[in-house]
Amino acid sequence: MPLPTPFHPRTSKLCTSLLYKDWGGYYAVCAYGTPFDREYQAFRQTAGLIDVTPLMKYEVTGADAGRFLSHVMVRNIVKLKTGRVTYCCWCDGKGKVLDDGTVTRWAEDHFRVTSNSPALRWFQNAARGFDVTIEESTDRIAVLALQGPSARKILAPLTDPDIGSLRYFGAMKTKVCGIPVEVTRTGYTGDLGYEIWTKNDHALALYDAIFSAGKIHGIEPCGLDAMDVTRIEAGFILHGIDYFSAKSCLLESQKSTPFEIGLGWSVQLGREPFIGSAALRAEKKRGAARALVGLEIDWDDLERLFDEEGLPPSVPCHGWRDPIPVYSGDVQVGRATSGVWSPILKKNLALATVESAFAATGTPLLIEQTIEFARRKVRAVVVKKPFFDPERKRS
Amino acid sequence: MAKRYDAIIVGGGHNGLVCAAYLARAGRKVLVLEKRRVLGGAAVTEEIYPGFRFSVLSYVVSLLRPQIIRDLELPKYGLEILPLDASFLPLPDGRSLTRWGDWERTRREISKFSARDAEVLPEFGKLMVHMSRFVKPLLDMAPPDPTSFDPRELARLGKLGKSFTELGPDLQRLKYKMLTMSAADFLDMWFESDELKGVMSVSGIIGTFLGVRSPGTAYVLLHHYMGEIDGVFRSWGFSKGGTGGVSLAIARSAEAAGAEIRTDAPVAKVLLGGDAAEGVVLENGDEFRAKAVVSAVDPRRTFFGLVGKEHLDDETITAIGNYTYRGSSGKVNLALDAVPDFTCRPGTGPHLYGDIAIAPNVRYLEKAYDEAKEGDFSSRPYMNIVIPSLSDPTVAPPGKHVMSIFVQYAPYHIKEGPEQWPLRKDAFGEAVLSTLEEYCPKIRDSILHMQVITPWEMEQEYGLTEGNIFHGELSLEQLFFLRPTAKMARYRTPVRHLWMCASGTHPGGGIMGASGMLAARELMKAGGV
Repeated sequence: MPLPTPFHPRTSKLCTSLLYKDWGGYYAVCAYGTPFDREYQAFRQTAGLIDVTPLMKYEVTGADAGRFLSHVMVRNIVKLKTGRVTYCCWCDGKGKVLDDGTVTRWAEDHFRVTSNSPALRWFQNAARGFDVTIEESTDRIAVLALQGPSARKILAPLTDPDIGSLRYFGAMKTKVCGIPVEVTRTGYTGDLGYEIWTKNDHALALYDAIFSAGKIHGIEPCGLDAMDVTRIEAGFILHGIDYFSAKSCLLESQKSTPFEIGLGWSVQLGREPFIGSAALRAEKKRGAARALVGLEIDWDDLERLFDEEGLPPSVPCHGWRDPIPVYSGDVQVGRATSGVWSPILKKNLALATVESAFAATGTPLLIEQTIEFARRKVRAVVVKKPFFDPERKRS
Repeated sequence: MAKRYDAIIVGGGHNGLVCAAYLARAGRKVLVLEKRRVLGGAAVTEEIYPGFRFSVLSYVVSLLRPQIIRDLELPKYGLEILPLDASFLPLPDGRSLTRWGDWERTRREISKFSARDAEVLPEFGKLMVHMSRFVKPLLDMAPPDPTSFDPRELARLGKLGKSFTELGPDLQRLKYKMLTMSAADFLDMWFESDELKGVMSVSGIIGTFLGVRSPGTAYVLLHHYMGEIDGVFRSWGFSKGGTGGVSLAIARSAEAAGAEIRTDAPVAKVLLGGDAAEGVVLENGDEFRAKAVVSAVDPRRTFFGLVGKEHLDDETITAIGNYTYRGSSGKVNLALDAVPDFTCRPGTGPHLYGDIAIAPNVRYLEKAYDEAKEGDFSSRPYMNIVIPSLSDPTVAPPGKHVMSIFVQYAPYHIKEGPEQWPLRKDAFGEAVLSTLEEYCPKIRDSILHMQVITPWEMEQEYGLTEGNIFHGELSLEQLFFLRPTAKMARYRTPVRHLWMCASGTHPGGGIMGASGMLAARELMKAGGV
């Protein structure tokens, strides 16, 4: 049975839909109301407030903390400046991805790593020979994400020092209405937004402060369903859906390298060896066998197939995550692992893993679509990610 | 002229019944003869105290082959398996560790002892499932003969070799380790929490006269990851109506296919004509003839009892004489007035719906074994407890409960001699209760009836030689193509037309039914019926 997060006393009152799911052992709201359009629109038009406490967190401290993380992560974390966040993944010795998350440098000798699955043992084992301490903080730090165009307008006046000038992927310690917090300009929606980290004891006061100040700006409590739409629009992959951790795979073919899941850009090889670096160097030279790409599914073709059945076209309003085959002609060349109808782009989108030969932007492909219980193929084309990339995200 | 059958099955335990059901479904004329008043052998439900139905000996179902459930249409004949979905470990210091079907919840529980262990458990499980892919097919095949040059045998061996090669070098090495290491040492390679290792290691010793630090016990851990119901890995369950429910469903299926089943029909001897079995004679003198006699009792009872040493050659006598039993466990069944209250987790709740282990750490278990080696029962034994009445309302009156306690070690060979067990029985029951009291202080107040079964009774009443619940030790030297002996590993015996089909043959152990099924298949393939 999942546990309530420290925000549960507030979020449970607002969650009239009673739609929850288990996220890392916590109750997480799927959608506060039905349908969840209003929550999605909040992320894109005003601001959505979502409880992301279940994200796993590890505090990495000690004189060698930076060196240690450079050894574990595919990125050179030593170079990360205090007050900055980076996003990357980490691999096993064979260069297969174990998990992905953010690394925030809070001090010279203090970093926080987020992950999707338990990583304590992996980190601890990798820490041999480093002067470093790793401690899990998931259960004692509560986190809210405030995401959307009005996020800064809501949060900045409450903070002292002011977060107004905090840059994209910046991190600072401040106070919200006197409550000590840490703010990072990060999120999973691909929009302007912040994540606000505090001790569990302050969780309810923090929630109240942000929620009441946000009211005049149209703040909405948001659930995971709305966030799932935004993360696909933003082209963000999801662990356990779009790729699988090497430690949970039964077959080699189920594992992925960073290059195969669209994180090749984060791999920094020109430095001291790190876990998996030899394999990654070889893979980079050789070229990855697969690539994770964005697909835009041809609406006219979809409409035509529905029309042949005498039906109007229909797409689910939720993000979907049951993998479906992707073809080039009659040959299967990959699979789409999640997708959504984007309300803001009015496009039918998917994230897909395909053989590298079919990964170039503009490559025409076919994706399976079941219409009236029959399997059909609908045209799709490889497009650049992110699908949706507003300027305000960075500005 | 006595009635003639195609096959006579001696013993109405679950394997005998499975064998009978397969033969009957194939159109053979089959007779099953059971000594006791009730069917099931060790998989039996009996109303020992009015209103309370005890799974007297075997108490959970895991390895019953899904294929058998489908082939024999057991659900149609009343088989229902109820899930056992938690594993509760109460500790004497007031803490507890419960493993749940819900992974995140389990992770949280184990994190209280070791966050690293919580993380490694799913990886360990994944590995075990992967490795059991190699072992599982063995359960469904008659063991090939590694010394044979018969091309068919070589092909079968080759198939096994291939699946072994497919494991890859890392898993192959791990396999060698599993075959040779002790359960506790093997777990030491992954885990650090002594509590978790304790409760996990017992899977390697259940029913054997070995300790958690005895070499060879690691392999048995794997079997626990093969526990499956309806093809789902690692699910254990209760049979509705007690484990006798499994036997009765099989019996009904066999009868529906035309098998004849008689209870209160103890077989005295196998009738021999020259060097071949021709039938059996009951203790009351009734004779039955058949083309084949299939023994569903254990090997020693089969050869030294039903056949008789005078009809056997020296080699067989030696081989059967060397086949070890060394029963190591007892059973205590309680009729309770109320749900037991554990100090570390008071009140009723889902933690009691699964199995409850008294196995606080590795040292405790090894100490329990030390006492057994010295010829005594453990003063503080390992116990595996279930309260099926919390899931199955048919086994106790409303509000009342049955508690089944598997107790190890209770060696058959106590230093006073096994026949002295009746004198030690009360002290044994007392050791179990006083152990339980350390976790459940008020347990005595709610006991309405207590049934204590020592290894001696298992032998005398239930026909389990030396009280071994598996018809002979499930240790590596007596498994696969060596079970029960190298020359009898294919369900055949040196006595023509006499076959074996129970737990003393491959794969043996637990309510699996595989031995019964494979024996029926081999018998028909050989044209024996």
